[in-house]
Amino acid sequence: MTSSGPWAARARVLGIVVNPVAGMGGRVGLHGTDGQVELARARGAEPVAPARARRALARLHELAPDLDVVVAPGALGADHLPDATGWRVTVLDGPEPGAETTADDTRAAVSALVAAGVDLLLFVGGDGTARDVAGAVWAVCDDCVPVLGVPAGVKMHSAVFGLTPETAALAASRHLAAPERHGTRQAEVVDRDAAGDVRLYGTVQVPALPAGVQPAKGAPAPLADDATALAAEVAAELEPGRLYLLGPGATVDQVGHALGLATTPLGVDAVCDGRLLAVDADEATLLDLLARHDRATLVLGVVGGQGFLLGRGNQQLSPAVLRALAAADPAGLAGILVLATPAKVGALPEPVLHVDLDDPELAAELAGYRRVRTAPGRSTVLRVET
Amino acid sequence: MSELRNYHAAVWDEPLVMELSAPGRRGNVPPAPIAELDPATALPGAVLRQAAPALPEVAEPDVLRHFLHLSQETMGMVGISLFGTCTMKYNPRVGEQLSGRDGMAELHPDQDDSTLQGLLEAVHRFDLMLRGLSGMDRFVFQPGGGAHAAYTHTAVTRAYFADRGELEQRREIITTAQAHPCNPATASAAGFDVITLPVEEDGYASLDALKAVLSDRTAALMINNPDDMGIYNPHIKEWVDAVHEVGGLCFYDHANFNGVMGRLRARELGFDACMFMLHKTFGVAKGGGGPAVGAYGCSEELATYLPGPLVEATEDGYVRRENPRGVGRVREYLGNLNQVVKAFGWLTAMGADGIREAADISVLANNYMEVRLLELKGVTKAFPQMTKRRLEMTRFSLEEYTAETGITAVDVQNRMGDYGIDAFWLSHEPWIVPEPFTPEAGETWSLEDIDYWIDVLAHVLEEGRSDPELVRTAPHQQVVGQLDGSSLDDPEKWATTWRAHRRKSGRG
Amino acid sequence: MAHPYMPNSAAESKATMMAAVGVADVDELFEQIPEDHLARESNGLAPGVRSEATVRRLVRGLIDRNDDCVANLSFLGAGLWQHHVPAVVDEIVTRSEFLTPVWGTTSSDFGRNQAWFEYASMLGELLAMDFVGLPVYSWGSAAGNAIRMAARLTGRGEVVVPASISPERLMVIRTYCGLVGGNDPISVRLVDFDPASGTVDVAALGLGPDTAAVYLETPNHLGVVETAVAEIAAAARANGTETVLGVDPISLGLLAAPGDLGADVVVGSTQPLGVHLHAGGGVGGFIATRDEERYAREYPTLQVSVAETTRGERSFGMTLFHQSSYGSREDGNDWTGNSVYLWTVANAVYMSLLGPQGFAELGRTILANARYAAGRVAELDGVTVRWPDGFFKEFVVDFSATGRSVADINAGLRAHHVFGGKDLSTDFPDLGQSALYCVTELHTADDIDALVTALKEVLA
Ligand SMILES: Cc1ncc(COP(=O)(O)O)c(C=O)c1O
Repeated sequence: MTSSGPWAARARVLGIVVNPVAGMGGRVGLHGTDGQVELARARGAEPVAPARARRALARLHELAPDLDVVVAPGALGADHLPDATGWRVTVLDGPEPGAETTADDTRAAVSALVAAGVDLLLFVGGDGTARDVAGAVWAVCDDCVPVLGVPAGVKMHSAVFGLTPETAALAASRHLAAPERHGTRQAEVVDRDAAGDVRLYGTVQVPALPAGVQPAKGAPAPLADDATALAAEVAAELEPGRLYLLGPGATVDQVGHALGLATTPLGVDAVCDGRLLAVDADEATLLDLLARHDRATLVLGVVGGQGFLLGRGNQQLSPAVLRALAAADPAGLAGILVLATPAKVGALPEPVLHVDLDDPELAAELAGYRRVRTAPGRSTVLRVET
Repeated sequence: MSELRNYHAAVWDEPLVMELSAPGRRGNVPPAPIAELDPATALPGAVLRQAAPALPEVAEPDVLRHFLHLSQETMGMVGISLFGTCTMKYNPRVGEQLSGRDGMAELHPDQDDSTLQGLLEAVHRFDLMLRGLSGMDRFVFQPGGGAHAAYTHTAVTRAYFADRGELEQRREIITTAQAHPCNPATASAAGFDVITLPVEEDGYASLDALKAVLSDRTAALMINNPDDMGIYNPHIKEWVDAVHEVGGLCFYDHANFNGVMGRLRARELGFDACMFMLHKTFGVAKGGGGPAVGAYGCSEELATYLPGPLVEATEDGYVRRENPRGVGRVREYLGNLNQVVKAFGWLTAMGADGIREAADISVLANNYMEVRLLELKGVTKAFPQMTKRRLEMTRFSLEEYTAETGITAVDVQNRMGDYGIDAFWLSHEPWIVPEPFTPEAGETWSLEDIDYWIDVLAHVLEEGRSDPELVRTAPHQQVVGQLDGSSLDDPEKWATTWRAHRRKSGRG
Repeated sequence: MAHPYMPNSAAESKATMMAAVGVADVDELFEQIPEDHLARESNGLAPGVRSEATVRRLVRGLIDRNDDCVANLSFLGAGLWQHHVPAVVDEIVTRSEFLTPVWGTTSSDFGRNQAWFEYASMLGELLAMDFVGLPVYSWGSAAGNAIRMAARLTGRGEVVVPASISPERLMVIRTYCGLVGGNDPISVRLVDFDPASGTVDVAALGLGPDTAAVYLETPNHLGVVETAVAEIAAAARANGTETVLGVDPISLGLLAAPGDLGADVVVGSTQPLGVHLHAGGGVGGFIATRDEERYAREYPTLQVSVAETTRGERSFGMTLFHQSSYGSREDGNDWTGNSVYLWTVANAVYMSLLGPQGFAELGRTILANARYAAGRVAELDGVTVRWPDGFFKEFVVDFSATGRSVADINAGLRAHHVFGGKDLSTDFPDLGQSALYCVTELHTADDIDALVTALKEVLA
């Protein structure tokens, strides 16, 4: 960077935290490692996160040889630094973590890093780690510090990870070079809950970066993950007198924002004629609202990387609610609007959406190919399976 | 494995031509005027240039040598290039020679038809040949590339529906994630909404997905088949029928024609229009990216909407006529006719037997490559569950190799350059296959060259295992090393001109 | 017999590959294609001709049957102009290395990328503009793309174009602007030029709140140098309108640089810079602006930027690649693809050869020759030159007073091996029986004598 930009006044500070046991469960058939480290070890798992941390940090050091770095102690970070000549490194105070690091260690380190005033928080781990990091950031200052994940977990459905450790390093270096230039975007943190259901745990800011290094006519550009324009288009189409139920997720939440309403990304909100009728509504509220409107449309996003449309993270949209929707509007089920950014669609393992309802008949009605709107004037088609 | 060549690219450390400048030198002197005239007496001072442009001052031999050095620092097909979906093939030099003759190079399109009879005949005869290959009723050569032909289709589609009073309603063009980006991009540029169908298990999008979005809003389907993975959608006729059922038009991007030349005819499959790339399939040189021709052919019904002028044979010779209800122009004049004449020569030399054989050889050579490549550890094939043989290309993946070594397809590509092999084709956006690579052998490359290509890949993969840094930091025997792309998208650093660079680097 | 273009058409190579693949018949490899998809009708092609001599004879016969602008004395221009193409240009653009590349790596394409960067750099000097993209298909395409850039930049939906524009180019612009009924069409509003001067002024344009762009050319299609470009650009800017200016780059050793006139987006033809006519196959269109992010982010083209290798050597790469259709499909700016990049190398060689002095002298020679020719033609009875004081290399010759049509006169001239100027009588009926004559550095005193003599005989 030249020193002419307004943001060049002070050096940028990078915070680093590593979950050293992340990803261990993957190779031994566990769906995550949280709370299962012993089991993973017993099954012969080897740590994967340290190597991934080293890959990312070595690349970052090449890209940004001159950096202020604050790092968690020992296995939580400092142990994985490359020969960091040129980096001004501060290791957080505090006891060396024990052999068995825990989620609490991650959270404590994040709080300390945020307090240290870092400009970007680079963590190494998977969805579980992302959840801990997001929680800890929120506890201090909402989503004030942008977060970026080096992929090292078993599950990585949250929209916060670089494709590879090296691309995460590239994104980090670009962001630190000029944060204001590229800005940040809101991204979902999702994970499976204790019952195995995918849940949305919150949102964080991640660096919004345009394409990385590319040879001509090659190499993938990151897919757009900004739903504001799509949301504005949808918001402009809303009919007077019609009840709109806005499902959970950052994408659909943007529709609420486009209407200037304080909707929540975590739950179902109800909107009619530009007014917010309910926030984070439960099943009973939804049924009540549907009973009082003769036209209604459900707007759904796609939950996490698994591609769940219904039955994960939005159980309040129960079979009863869906039936009421169908009753309110003959086109009720067919008319469900599905919104997903290109990045969301691109992250699906297959072009398939899932519905998991305790009502096979209803589920069957929802199955089949369904148009999914991705941007203004843009759509794709995904197969809904039950 | 054969011995690999001890190759090194030419390195001239060639300065920019601007850096070769020495005051007062001349490279070309224009003729003196017929009669002297002081511009200041002929035009107002305000429209005259005040300061001379800062162009280099270089003598003629030095300009020649400078650009010869640059040519030597360009690999082109002097090396081996199996760049998939671009069908790298031999460009007969006789075509280059002939198109340099005054009877081609020094023709003006505003000349009277009577003075252009040879040219118009060549254009018309080539049109007839492409009609034969496709079953379409008429071709135009105005589009300056494949994407421009796709754009021509969107313009024709617009005119067709405008004529029927349905333009406001027919707002959607459908394509697939595997279709070349020019299809959705030109659809959007022409004012259509775009629906992109995903690729499913078999390597193509499903008919049911198509049916889910067909409606009276459908304007057109735009698709290439086979695609650039060598996969052929066997339901394409049903696709075309389904689109026709709702009143839409079907455009066949036939850029990947090389493997099916002589076997498929677009019109027989039901398509309303198609496009052939003369700078790929029909032997015309790439030129580093044109001048190119996307030959656009269509049915009689759509011919009403073609851009003019159209070339026709009449009793009084060949003529050009405007097409009154057509889209006017997609660019000026009849097109890159110098390239059409070369393609005409190529197709004449190949003939019915030659193109059929070329297609056979392309598909055979690809399947041969596939056999050898899949023996290499770390190389897999995209959509392996689609077990039928690929046509002239196969999409491979280095995903397993990358997981093993951390070395990416781009790294491998860079290292192969050290052995005289130019980049392979990776994949279009979106990358549905990780770490993709897509060679296309075509009919031009000898078995020995193909074997060499595979040997080099095998060798580089091994190098990546024993000495990953060597591959990650490649190339080492090229003109220059690996690009550090980090400045490219930085407004304070990018510089498309020397003057911008000098200003930004403080050397202004 | 093996085919000379196909090494593997020799039986042995084929047999080796078939054995490795394990098929007895190549047809087995086409198993993906259902039987009922295969061509039913013959394609009607003749058997191939393996002998180069025979093919050459056939194609050469067609080419040599044309009457060209060397064996004949041509005064045709109108957007495609016969200028001298230096021998070094032809030598370079027929090199296999430049003829055959597609997309290599930044190392294997290094020389070509440098030539492209030199093209953009030198063109930038001529235009006084810092940001230059790789060219698009033609001048009209460049104008179309530039107007679309302006519409995106301003969020407005109208372009104002003087009626003096080339009808050929106008048709291209109209196509690029789209039709009402689609998304975001741009309406093209034609405005009259002053019949006395052949130019337009600010008042003629009627800039409004929805005017995204003014598209202006200088010299304009009728040959006249526009005199109010700077005022128009200033008024446009005050109105929030972008000025898109079309220029003939060969005029720029003589005429003011568009950047200095206040143009926002500059377009034009690359053909005059060292490319033969090729019956229209020599065209190419450039797009250039100031190096401001606002403009840079709207380019539909690819752009080459100077950059460095990881070892610190100078190299070149594509900047803002992701905003092209290769990078972002339908979300990119318009679209890109194969274009006219070989001519970019020709342009680079040409500009290197001419240098500052060459362009200055060339501009003066062309102006002087064209004015000389116009003066001679105007001496003929019944023949007048419109706007005799305002043009650069093309001028409108009005034959109305001779009572003869331009078509008729041009037919007569052909018998004298003269290609008269482009007939304007259909496209510009207000100009009567007029023709647009183009005179360049290639014309000699003898050529003008020959024209005048031929015209005298034809008009007699
Ligand atoms: C399948 C396909 N369609 C269209 C195109 C676009 O062609 P062009 O680059 O000539 O515009 C290409 C070229 O890459 C292609 O491979």
